Amino acid sequence: MIRRLLSVWHARNLEFLRDRSTLLFTLLLPIALVVGMGFVFAGPPRPLFKVGVLAEHIDKASQPFLRERYVEFVATPDEAAALRKLTHQTLDLLLDLRSPTRYWVNTDSPKGYIVEKLLLAAVPGAQRQPVTGVAVRYIDWLFPGILGMNLMFSCLFGVGYVVVRYRKSGFLKRLHATPLSAFEFLGAQVLSRLAIILTVTTILYVGIGTIIGFHSAGNVALLALLLILGALSLIALGLTVAARFSSEELVGGVLNLLTWPMMLLSGVWFSLEDSPRWVQWVAGVFPLTHVLDAARAVMIDGAGLAQIAPHLLYLAVTTFAFLAFGAWSFHWRID
Amino acid sequence: MSTPILEVRDLVKQYPATTAVAGVSFSVPPGMCFGLLGPNGAGKTTTIEIMEGILPATSGEIRYRGELLGARFREEAGILFQKTALQDFLTVRQSIALFRGLYSSGLDVDEVLKVCALEALAGRDSRKLSGGQQQRLLLAIALVNDPAVLFLDEPTTGLDPQARRNFWELVQSIKARHKTIILTTHYMEEAELLCDEVAIMDRGRIVAQGPPQRLLREHFAEVLLELPRQDFPSSARELPLKLLEARDRIEITTQDLEGTLRTLLAAHVPLTNLRIRPANLEDLFLALTGKELRP
Repeated sequence: MIRRLLSVWHARNLEFLRDRSTLLFTLLLPIALVVGMGFVFAGPPRPLFKVGVLAEHIDKASQPFLRERYVEFVATPDEAAALRKLTHQTLDLLLDLRSPTRYWVNTDSPKGYIVEKLLLAAVPGAQRQPVTGVAVRYIDWLFPGILGMNLMFSCLFGVGYVVVRYRKSGFLKRLHATPLSAFEFLGAQVLSRLAIILTVTTILYVGIGTIIGFHSAGNVALLALLLILGALSLIALGLTVAARFSSEELVGGVLNLLTWPMMLLSGVWFSLEDSPRWVQWVAGVFPLTHVLDAARAVMIDGAGLAQIAPHLLYLAVTTFAFLAFGAWSFHWRID
Repeated sequence: MSTPILEVRDLVKQYPATTAVAGVSFSVPPGMCFGLLGPNGAGKTTTIEIMEGILPATSGEIRYRGELLGARFREEAGILFQKTALQDFLTVRQSIALFRGLYSSGLDVDEVLKVCALEALAGRDSRKLSGGQQQRLLLAIALVNDPAVLFLDEPTTGLDPQARRNFWELVQSIKARHKTIILTTHYMEEAELLCDEVAIMDRGRIVAQGPPQRLLREHFAEVLLELPRQDFPSSARELPLKLLEARDRIEITTQDLEGTLRTLLAAHVPLTNLRIRPANLEDLFLALTGKELRP
């Protein structure tokens, strides 16, 4: 028995080592993960308080309060956006240093209460502007992320593996002998997966939403439109990956290479708004980032169509780009 | 002769390390069953796959009804590959219906089930069919668009003799409906039974072409004597006889049967296992190439 086991083990090792592309991806993936995690989690511990400053840049020399330890000061030139964050308690205080010095504080926020004391000790005459608003629970913030993550895995792996299996078994070759075009085949895969995803996400939305007591602040129909466009973009991306390859392991590697950075950089688990600009730029390339940013804007802030239109446009454009590339590079049979 | 439904002109297919098809030309009139014969590696599957539009040719062209292969050909051709997997979890009826949906016209699913004797299996999971039933299903799928030309690439390889004969009967019934059939096979019995014309391929080239009986008449005016190799002593190889060496037997072709038998007896060759038979396509292939059809 051991001999048979070792024979199969040896043959499998040879097969794996000789599949150069899969081997390369298997080696590259952990390196990419280590590098990615390093960038995301590197740096000193987070400060205790977060204060928004209404300015393009913060000049720490201009005001002693800006040199307080354990307080993070972030430039927030958009007053409306900053007040929204204060309402949701993702900022503890908002400061306007122009004369006369004003500040906004959320009277429902314990951290706001403490950081206000620190401010008044440094700037006694600052004018108080109270706002109210219950903190957005982490689970409320995370909920769109969970939906998005499920969407991403279902879209990418659901279609990627299936197409590769069809190609490997010769089923695609048989379809190629019919009048079916690559675009029709890919379109059918997209629609089939879309129907599954819409059903599953609706169940998740209603089920988890009921359990955690969550209701979208925005229009649910708009959320559905966003979900459809996001799913289409991610399915099309999965099809693009599966367009040529005939090795499940290679496609698995490529899909992992796409899903892990998206999971880390698209804001599934935590916000990246304080990350370096280049990280945010990279994150902005991923369709999932646009799905999550738009979903949170609709679900938490009650954003409308106009506010999330750039995200919807990005998802629509990437859908067509991925589908066109997938159809162009599609191979019906193993080379 | 009627206008060909299919024309193959100077077809070449080169791979980096080998030339699979080295300049093949032939034409097939409507209603004919045309056979491409040859051993594994002769280039017949490559030729048929280029004809089906599945593989691109390195050079040369295929014309269907006078036009290069295009949308019309895809609508009017039925194809049975050597190996095909179907979509999992579909019944026989659903598998046929899936392909029926890909064509703008064709036969009803029930009619196809009847033609291929699959009515009793219509509700069965296609993965749970026997080899013969599976081939009948693949033939049904190839017939679903009521094709003008049907490609059958080694359709009975791996089937037991009974399933093979059942399949031949099906193909004969399709022939009776005046369909053009392109068949590749290395079973000579299959080719002799089904084909109106054959092209024998070796190393990517056609080495002989014509109706099977005419080819045999042209190449064999003699009868053929077969002896097991172990019954044929090496000293007998020096006898003035026309010998063909197959894997397990020695074949002697002669027009003078009595004289040949006398020569063998005089050389003390045991004749207990001697078989005398007319030549067939396998002998023709052996005579033309010095190789057996079946590896």
